[in-house]
Amino acid sequence: MNPARLKPVIRKEFIQIRRDPISLTLLLFLPAFILIMFGYALNFDVKHLSLAVVDFDRSQASRELVSKIISGEYFDLNYRLESISEIDPLFDSERIKLAVVIPRNFARDLARGQSPQVQVLVDGTNSTTALTGLSYLSNILLQYSTRMNLELLDRSRLGKVVWPVESRVRVWYNPELKSSRFLVPGLMAFVLMIIIVLATALSIVREKERGTMNQLLLSPLEPAEMIVGKIIPYLLLSLAGAHLLLLAGWGLFGIAVRGSYPLLVLVMVLFLFCGLSQGILVSTVAESQQVAFLLAGLTTLLPTFILSGFVFPIRNMPLPVQAITYIIPARYFLVCLRAIILKGAGIKAYYREIIFLVIYGLAMTGLSLARLKKSLVR
Amino acid sequence: MKRLLAFIRKELIQVRRDRRMLPIVIIAPIFQLLILGYAVSLDVRDIPVVVVDHDNSASSLEFLQAVFNSGYFLEAAREERAEKVDAYLDSGRAAVALIIPPGFERDLLTGSEASFQGLVDGTESQTATIGLNYLEMIARNFNQRIVLQALERMGTGARPAVIQPEVRVFFNPALLSRNFLLPGVFGLLLMVMTVILTAMAVVKEYDRGTMEQLIVTPLRPLDIILGKLLPFFIIGTVDIFLILAVTRFWFKLPLQGSFLLLLGLSFIYMLSTLGIGLFISTITRTPQQAMLTSFFFMIPMMLLSGFVFPIENMPSLFQWLTLVIPLRYYLLVLRGIFLKGVGLAALYDEGLSLLLLAVVINSLSLSRFRRRLD
Repeated sequence: MNPARLKPVIRKEFIQIRRDPISLTLLLFLPAFILIMFGYALNFDVKHLSLAVVDFDRSQASRELVSKIISGEYFDLNYRLESISEIDPLFDSERIKLAVVIPRNFARDLARGQSPQVQVLVDGTNSTTALTGLSYLSNILLQYSTRMNLELLDRSRLGKVVWPVESRVRVWYNPELKSSRFLVPGLMAFVLMIIIVLATALSIVREKERGTMNQLLLSPLEPAEMIVGKIIPYLLLSLAGAHLLLLAGWGLFGIAVRGSYPLLVLVMVLFLFCGLSQGILVSTVAESQQVAFLLAGLTTLLPTFILSGFVFPIRNMPLPVQAITYIIPARYFLVCLRAIILKGAGIKAYYREIIFLVIYGLAMTGLSLARLKKSLVR
Repeated sequence: MKRLLAFIRKELIQVRRDRRMLPIVIIAPIFQLLILGYAVSLDVRDIPVVVVDHDNSASSLEFLQAVFNSGYFLEAAREERAEKVDAYLDSGRAAVALIIPPGFERDLLTGSEASFQGLVDGTESQTATIGLNYLEMIARNFNQRIVLQALERMGTGARPAVIQPEVRVFFNPALLSRNFLLPGVFGLLLMVMTVILTAMAVVKEYDRGTMEQLIVTPLRPLDIILGKLLPFFIIGTVDIFLILAVTRFWFKLPLQGSFLLLLGLSFIYMLSTLGIGLFISTITRTPQQAMLTSFFFMIPMMLLSGFVFPIENMPSLFQWLTLVIPLRYYLLVLRGIFLKGVGLAALYDEGLSLLLLAVVINSLSLSRFRRRLD
């Protein structure tokens, strides 16, 4: 590889990018823009679930229970109903997520030590919301009956019993469970991957489609030099875009990089390198920009979103699908980013992921260069 | 009319000639749905836990058993010293650390307050939120048992009562998140395919310099747009059937509602996403711009559609923004028809909104295209 020959190719590509200010702006600012937009908008918090209550008992105990349920910010009591038949239409029209039915004789049964059954109805469409709502509710019910029994024990004056086990749970790395903290690494992997693969694939296929590839090949450039020259500008632009995103995360959401910055840059370069080689691979398969776009879009957009562990935990997936996630570089990148940016962990925590990224990048490059030579010769 | 037909034929031939195109548009959606359909699950189970049990007593054992028998947690490792857990949380090998202090059993037996320490990795905020809740629930269940045992042991004669929740789940009885998310993958795939395909449609002619040739033909702008859309409409229709078949017969997602209604609304949805692609095509000048702009449109549509992030949790400004996202309505349609079996009466608003969006975006692209030709 001859640096002197490389320089004009890089310059040519830069000029081409500069001539297209819209693309340039999007390349640079899209990652940061998406973070700014979604850092505020997205979260999984399940709060203010719409609730209906049917209280057949109307006793002091049942009123107390209802007030315990709605005292937190988890449930909003929107409907007090008279009969069970009124519940179904509310579920159908999605006006409530949960309904609680307190039976007649609730207070009497409690006093007599006959455990009353409280009916809980829940809309299971969104299972996460449903499960979280159910666990809030059962926590409240458990708390209520345990406290009651403790009082009973207290009144008997036989022995003193305090609240048995106190859970002291602390959340690390993200104490307020803010979703912006969770989104920064995820969006970074997601957006960078898409942009780098697409930009690389399109920039090569463009030359093929216009027939200017042959001109380039007639020049004394070697194919590898040409490719490297073409993608270095995109590598630099994506790195700049990633830094803008980090800057936005720091300025707006107070997310500072806790770990080592040089390692962060190393991981980013490795990841971009994987994306670049994937882009080259796409360009060797596609003959038109439309197909390149289609292929690159399909292999990056949904897989990086769904298979990287960004939103969906990988350990929940069936084993064959877990095996597939090993060929998604964002999977490794995400672990590194979370460790470096959020946890401030040392390299011991993620050296395996770095090794995987290197292996993946080298294998992809080898594969794509081999294919590239073949497709250029043809 | 004849001119239009001839043009459509030319477009179809062009699509067919790209020998990579057809296999991709047919195979890719099936392949993706098969993999992604299995991957989308937000069920929280088997959260890896690292345990440090300083007490090593019958009570601490009993408590840990309660935690792991719940099915939500999985013992990933056991350590002797509390300092060791940092490394597990840092590398993500465990998402929760449970530390039981010495004297746990003694405190329980003497009736003073016992405690355990839990550390939760908050970087996966979704798992963390649910994991915290489960942990709390397990601890409270444990408490309840201990209080009941104490009451019994002391023979107070008092009869303790427990409130027993009797849970009934509507629409998704097994509470499988896949049932909720699969329709989302369905809608997303359709959107990605159609937007990508059409986004290049018009730009391509500019890029190749063949637009002038098209303009000098007697074709009207409307004809050109129709001719550009139709091949992709056909491809999209094939994809709808394929994706539907995989969802219904492979993933066995029961179709509670009407098939025809689903098909009709899917067509309207596809018209709107094709329209978005076309619109992108008319506001950009190079394929690269078209590509970046389509991501500029698609990523927000993915994230704001309610696919994973609930719309009702968003700030109101964003809730307003979701109103112009076709996928938002289509998700309600899919979930409604698949899971709840509702009919047109319940989906009237969604259908109308989809239709409105389709009409608006397509006429917008047509007018932009006309202006650009002048």
